[in-house]
Amino acid sequence: MIHNVIKHNAYFDSVTLMLFSSKLGGIDGVSEAAVMMGTDHNIELMKSSGILSEELAGKVSANDLVIGIKAVSQDVIDLAIKTLEEQFENKAKSSEGSGAIRVKTVDAAVKKMEGLNFAIISVPGRFAAAETMKCLKNNMNVLLFSDNITIDEENELKDYAIKNELLMMGTDCGTAIINGVALGFANVVRRGNIGLVAASGTGLQELTVVIDKLGGGISQAIGTGGRDVKKEIGGKMMLFALDALINDPETQVIGIVSKPPAQEIMVKILDKVKNISKPVVACFLGGDPSLVEGTHTIASETIEEAAKQLVTLSKGELSVNLNSFTEEELNALVADEVDKFQGQKNLRGLYTGGTLAYEAMLILNKKVGNVYSNIAINKELSLKDVEVSQENTILDMGEDYFTDGMPHPMIEPKLRSERIKKEASDPQTAVILLDCVLGYGSHPDPASSIALAVEQAKALQGERHITYIASVCGTEKDPQVLSDQVEKLLNIGIIVLPTNAQAAQLAALILERL
Amino acid sequence: MSKVNELFNHSIKVTNVGLETFYQTVVEQNVSAVHVEWRPIAGGNPKLAALLAKLNTPEIEEANKKAFDIMNNAEPVLTDVKYAYEVIDGMDKYTIGHAGPPLAWEDMCGPLQGAILGAIMYEGLSSSLEESEEIVKAGKIKFRPNHSMGAVGPMTGMVTYSMPLWEVTNTSYGNKAYCPFNEGLGKVMRFGANGPDVIERLKWLETSLGPAMKKALALSGPISLKVIVAKALAMGDEMHQRNTGASSLFVREIMKYLVQVVDNKEELFKITEFVTGNDQFFLNIAMATGKAICDPVKNVPNSTVVTTLSRNGTNFGIKISALGEQWFEAPVNQPKGLYFPGYSAEDANPDIGDSTIIETFGIGGFAMGSAPAVVRFVGASSVDEAIAYSKEMQDICVGLSPHFVIPTMNFVGTATAIDIRKVVETGSLPVINTGMAHKKPGIGQVGAGIVNPPMDCFVKALEAFGEKYD
Repeated sequence: MIHNVIKHNAYFDSVTLMLFSSKLGGIDGVSEAAVMMGTDHNIELMKSSGILSEELAGKVSANDLVIGIKAVSQDVIDLAIKTLEEQFENKAKSSEGSGAIRVKTVDAAVKKMEGLNFAIISVPGRFAAAETMKCLKNNMNVLLFSDNITIDEENELKDYAIKNELLMMGTDCGTAIINGVALGFANVVRRGNIGLVAASGTGLQELTVVIDKLGGGISQAIGTGGRDVKKEIGGKMMLFALDALINDPETQVIGIVSKPPAQEIMVKILDKVKNISKPVVACFLGGDPSLVEGTHTIASETIEEAAKQLVTLSKGELSVNLNSFTEEELNALVADEVDKFQGQKNLRGLYTGGTLAYEAMLILNKKVGNVYSNIAINKELSLKDVEVSQENTILDMGEDYFTDGMPHPMIEPKLRSERIKKEASDPQTAVILLDCVLGYGSHPDPASSIALAVEQAKALQGERHITYIASVCGTEKDPQVLSDQVEKLLNIGIIVLPTNAQAAQLAALILERL
Repeated sequence: MSKVNELFNHSIKVTNVGLETFYQTVVEQNVSAVHVEWRPIAGGNPKLAALLAKLNTPEIEEANKKAFDIMNNAEPVLTDVKYAYEVIDGMDKYTIGHAGPPLAWEDMCGPLQGAILGAIMYEGLSSSLEESEEIVKAGKIKFRPNHSMGAVGPMTGMVTYSMPLWEVTNTSYGNKAYCPFNEGLGKVMRFGANGPDVIERLKWLETSLGPAMKKALALSGPISLKVIVAKALAMGDEMHQRNTGASSLFVREIMKYLVQVVDNKEELFKITEFVTGNDQFFLNIAMATGKAICDPVKNVPNSTVVTTLSRNGTNFGIKISALGEQWFEAPVNQPKGLYFPGYSAEDANPDIGDSTIIETFGIGGFAMGSAPAVVRFVGASSVDEAIAYSKEMQDICVGLSPHFVIPTMNFVGTATAIDIRKVVETGSLPVINTGMAHKKPGIGQVGAGIVNPPMDCFVKALEAFGEKYD
């Protein structure tokens, strides 16, 4: 039976609504549920999935909230509606908050508080450029989280920003640390003299976290959005941000992390830092190291390696040992795990962080070869069907395919949990490799959701042994607290490594023996 | 040093536009931040968004500033009591002024029809409701919106030939505005009642209270209404659903003159009892004040400021400055609120009355934050909610009143001069505190609540303005 509710003139952002929808979908007896704003596109979606009547479809506008629930009985529908009302109520309560300052428009915000100098923008893509320009025109630096913005728009925004000496981080930029403040998805790390620029979200998170673990500190961590280093944008924000760090007296050492930029842009970037006095370490994941050789810049193959180089340059030495295992222990561990398999051969890496998935894929490709992926560099290794893993597979579950209509797995790990169980049921699976990203913006307790999924997966795998390996990208000062999260993973029998690179390397050591 | 490097040396102050978690994240880190509860511009309608972009010009800003200044420069004073036939052009016994935009008899709601039938009897044209109805059906009655006659009236808003009207003069611009006397609560014509007692009371207003007030005002001289409104805001009134402070202040001003002009002690007692026994006595004076303040704001070229908000029980009508006397209408909403014992939403008539002139100049629902006592009456859940309404109105107005301030909000001025561009852009609608009439004629008030005008009025006005603007 199908039930519809329409709330007129009630706007919620899409992430909130997707969370509501998935809450409803999780109720026993609900076969389909959607909570959406009544835009033409959404109405079509709901009609075609048969959860909205034609009659009601004609009565809603884009400002109306539309609820559609398909369930086995009226009782289930009543429960779903009650659950939803509770969600709305909680949302309303959290909105009231003590002394929260709320307005409806950017103009009103500017009137409300003097000296606004920074904007975080996460509105739907087709509206984002206009809101961003408003903020830039009001002298605000911008972190633009939204995607689906055209190349022309991005260029126009960045050109305007640079002309007016403002940062325009994004599009699709989720992470930055400015003046010690974690913005978007970011971790709480020590302040220090290492300045970072990144065209990568979780890459920047992992780099700041590993630097912190090694005793180093961050002056500024500036994101540019992944598209910045593509030809169409020309790396203009990367170059501008580098200038800012070069001129920043707090910054003594500069780090760059990025998926491989277009070659000409990489040359521009290296050229920009060629004559400066501050040392520069770059981690162009998958980039051609020969381009860096012989320049002022030090190349690193992994994010961990970059962090070590940066901290060494920053402090003159590296005094912290990150490794949780000695080489002997590691060999023993590998031997022990290998003994337990019953002929299984394959790795399944299930990632919430895109750059972390990319780094793991590079490491494993190099050591064991032929890792299939939904973000494969070469076409032959692209998964035929993203739903079905092939041999050794690494998935970036934050890719568009998975996030279409669903919240990002760093916020809501449900889809990844399902996939963990699915891979555990595959008789070929030997190793499951995971990330667990902490910090502001992320799920409040990702380790518990992993632990629950692994517990259920273990029931599905029966007699077979699977090695679960994870790294946790986070610090003690993060809201989720690193040690609490690690403990939850250890308790369920997951091997936890301090960095993503080490986790991938351990997986490789095991695979090499199979 | 570039501006970015300056940023590195200063604390950051954040605007968050979109996902609220990002706002909470920075606030948790003790960073000053404002959260923009972003909604798609114009409800995501690309045509309206494009129109709004086109209408985002300094010229319109300036015109609206001018309209805002005209509103603030008003000096409304209570000058006299006049009969409708003395001051309204074209007024005769067969002309009936009503609330809201124009409409035909067939389209009128129950209370409005009921009031009209009673008003015909009041003017002595008929001796029964049936007879009144025959006169209407014969097409003998001319219906006119009060707003087109320089007047306003609450709820059904009857303004007829013999009625005494308060006269408010805006001395800054020389214009005058009129509103009939408040009849008290219970069965009254403004809620559609039309029994013999209703008509008898109207006759008494015409023959006793009206002339007495006229004489008293002649003695007292003009009474500054800006002062009374400002003081009453500080006494917990918002001047639409609560006029307790303002009515008391007015009585205090006028009483010493009334006692001098009414010789008959019994009649003086009756007048005193009536005037002091009605908390809403001042409402009608406040309405004439609003009309006197808003009329000079009309016809400022390029201004998108609202000069009229009004409803006839069927449609809500608005006017905007640049487009003068053109009405923009859409079907009225049903107020949401609380009902007197024995009544429910089933009994309530849709939104009606010219009293929204109160909100048009920035008080009433806009000043709800200053009237904690009215909060429960209109069905708001808390004082915080009332303050939130008053704050929200700042988003759709040109500016804040320098004269009318809200003590509970650190004496911030009330939001003044509604800009239709901002209404359409933000989706925030003016908030109105209103009484609710029974939908059947003759029963009276059944409750009070909060209502919004329909968005379509503002969209239509914006589109009409956009067509003319280049």
